[in-house]
Amino acid sequence: MEYFLTEEQAMIRDLARKIAEEKIAPKAQELDEKGEFPWEIIKVLAQSDLFRVFLPEEYGGLGGGVFDLCLVTEELSKACSGVAVSYAASALGAFPILLYGTEEQKKKYLPDIASGKKLTAFGLTEPEAGSDAAAIQTTAVKDGDHYLLNGTKCFITNGGEAEIYTIIAMTDKKKGARGASALIVEKGTEGFTFGKEEDKMGIRASATKELVFSDCKVPKENLIGKEGGGFIVAMKTFDSSRPGIGAQAVGIAQGALDRAIDYARERVQFGHPISSFQGIQHMLADMATQIEAARALVYAVARMVDKGCKDIARPSAMSKLFASDMAMKVTTDAVQIFGGYGYMKEYPVEKMMRDAKITQIYEGTNQIQRNIIALALIKEAAKRKKK
Amino acid sequence: MNIIVCIKQVPDTTDIRIDPKTNTLIREGVPSIINPFDTYAIEEGVRLKEKHQGKVTVISMGPSQVEDALREAISLGIDEGVLLSDRAFAGADTLATSYTLAKGIKKIGKFDLIICGKQAMDGDTAQVGPGLAEKLNIPHVTYVKKIEEVKENSIQVERLMEEGYEVIKMPLPALITVVKEINEPRMPSLKGKLKAKNAQIITWNTKDLEAEENRIGLEGSPTQVIKIFTPQPRGKGETIEGTPAEQAAKLVEKLRETKIV
Ligand SMILES: Cc1cc2nc3c(=O)[nH]c(=O)nc-3n(C[C@H](O)[C@H](O)[C@H](O)COP(=O)(O)OP(=O)(O)OC[C@H]3O[C@@H](n4cnc5c(N)ncnc54)[C@H](O)[C@@H]3O)c2cc1C
Ligand SMILES: Cc1cc2nc3c(=O)[nH]c(=O)nc-3n(C[C@H](O)[C@H](O)[C@H](O)COP(=O)(O)OP(=O)(O)OC[C@H]3O[C@@H](n4cnc5c(N)ncnc54)[C@H](O)[C@@H]3O)c2cc1C
Repeated sequence: MEYFLTEEQAMIRDLARKIAEEKIAPKAQELDEKGEFPWEIIKVLAQSDLFRVFLPEEYGGLGGGVFDLCLVTEELSKACSGVAVSYAASALGAFPILLYGTEEQKKKYLPDIASGKKLTAFGLTEPEAGSDAAAIQTTAVKDGDHYLLNGTKCFITNGGEAEIYTIIAMTDKKKGARGASALIVEKGTEGFTFGKEEDKMGIRASATKELVFSDCKVPKENLIGKEGGGFIVAMKTFDSSRPGIGAQAVGIAQGALDRAIDYARERVQFGHPISSFQGIQHMLADMATQIEAARALVYAVARMVDKGCKDIARPSAMSKLFASDMAMKVTTDAVQIFGGYGYMKEYPVEKMMRDAKITQIYEGTNQIQRNIIALALIKEAAKRKKK
Repeated sequence: MNIIVCIKQVPDTTDIRIDPKTNTLIREGVPSIINPFDTYAIEEGVRLKEKHQGKVTVISMGPSQVEDALREAISLGIDEGVLLSDRAFAGADTLATSYTLAKGIKKIGKFDLIICGKQAMDGDTAQVGPGLAEKLNIPHVTYVKKIEEVKENSIQVERLMEEGYEVIKMPLPALITVVKEINEPRMPSLKGKLKAKNAQIITWNTKDLEAEENRIGLEGSPTQVIKIFTPQPRGKGETIEGTPAEQAAKLVEKLRETKIV
């Protein structure tokens, strides 16, 4: 399909594709097996300027936006979505600073993020607060010129590997959801340590760790936005980042389809390549159609975000929801086309099926995405009635 | 440090097809790439510049489409591209190529080091590097696998041998040809690609170079390729199987049979 990329966007996509094919794909199986953080590849991405694509030029970026980020994430995901999410999570951690940071904060942090010298992470989830984010227990108590941070975050992507963390914590528990604030915490700050490293089903190249804060002193200049605005920062961050999860899902699914087509043309049963059987052909046709529909939605929403459209929560949730459900289905079908071989680690599609699953869970489960969409629908209808 | 890297654009194929009638390469439908050995020369040039400051220029003799190769080199960190292009350069052998490149390099001006690939994937002679050094009257070392040290007026390198390597020190300016062991070429960067897109490629012809017409192209080429052919593949060898002791016994028997021993 023709998505009318600018010359620069096509350049970004092609370079990401080249890196994915030449540097990532050959290592994907090994990275998955060892569950090792892909520093060598992250350095290639950095040196090739791929961390610059979504940041403004004045902070060392190339002046693109969420759409450019999606193009890169999709290409990387075709080869290994564990690598892709490590890349994309760095944008997730950067969005709060980009969207709500002060000029000083942007100048201090964004250039190193753009150059890929420092990775970022975003910490919201806690053991007792996943979908119910407002239930977070981590506290940040103002004490003179700093905040004292106490609590534990879990399942944090890039945990341990990132240098810059944006953390959502309660500055005023009494105010409930309006009592949360976003803070920048640098690795190495006293009282900030790492806990459990998760052993995951998929995206195994990415790092998922616990962050532990005990009397961690965070300078008060590190507050992002206003005190009490933490959940707004988090929600607006997700509005910008969810199309990226959609792009990740599209990439995984496309990678699985590409391999399924190749396999179907080679595998002979009943004296014919299985690609000559209509049952297989129709599966391939459905997979390709579903991928294209998801891609079109993801691209459209990413462009809306970049244009600064209002009320982006619903389309953003839709792009993540639709693409991730699609990826789960398409990768499952890819394994089916590979038959017994698809179930084996020697072949690439079982990894893709495991990798696809996470896209239905993180950055808000797909149940939560449906809640967001439904809430927006009902609110809108109520508004129309009033008029 | 001023560095000049010589690159050749070659057809992207490992099984080169040759027209049996004309004995020339079939280039139709074959995309062009930078000669793979030259990508190591580019990388080494860029690394030296990053370490010692200065400027890296890439130069190539070839048709106008070679501009793409020069732009690709710029996207990999090269500062400037020079294209030597003229119908009269066509059909050059290694002697005429070395002469023409030497003319171009003299026109570029002052340099400390010239880096070439070990050999071109198509022509395969490995003569242009040494030939060019002779034309410029500078020392050269071929098959460099590592640059150990660069000083104000000298360079120390490791030259790959069949077994082990030689350590050679020579004065600058000089020329080296490099093997793939020397580095791992980087991926292009987006900033580099943007720069490459807008870069001005300097193009010089015979007149610009003030080259002597009987020393360039076909006319300046004493070497003529009369025939290129694919040798008959050798018949399959015989595999001797069994335990090592059995294999040894069978081998000795065969050698006796053929009166070798
Ligand atoms: C690999 C990985 C990486 C992650 N990276 C990060 C990160 O970088 N930063 C970060 O902050 N978090 C991260 N997370 C956390 C992730 O966002 C949460 O796991 C997710 O939001 C779900 O929370 P939970 O696991 O507590 O599930 P729960 O909230 O306990 O959900 C359990 C089930 O109940 C359903 N459910 C819950 N509430 C409702 C409801 N109201 N209606 C219908 N169904 C409901 C859910 O959909 C789900 O099916 C990561 C998680 C994983 C697994
Ligand atoms: C199949 C074939 C066989 C040939 N056989 C002969 C032969 O036997 N004798 C002969 O004289 N010619 C021969 N030629 C012609 C030869 O290819 C050209 O003269 C060519 O310009 C240089 O030789 P090369 O390709 O062998 O390069 P090499 O000497 O192998 O190249 C070494 C290095 O020199 C540099 N270099 C080479 N060409 C250029 C260029 N045009 N611009 C910039 N840098 C360059 C590169 O750094 C390269 O890595 C042959 C050509 C072909 C296609």
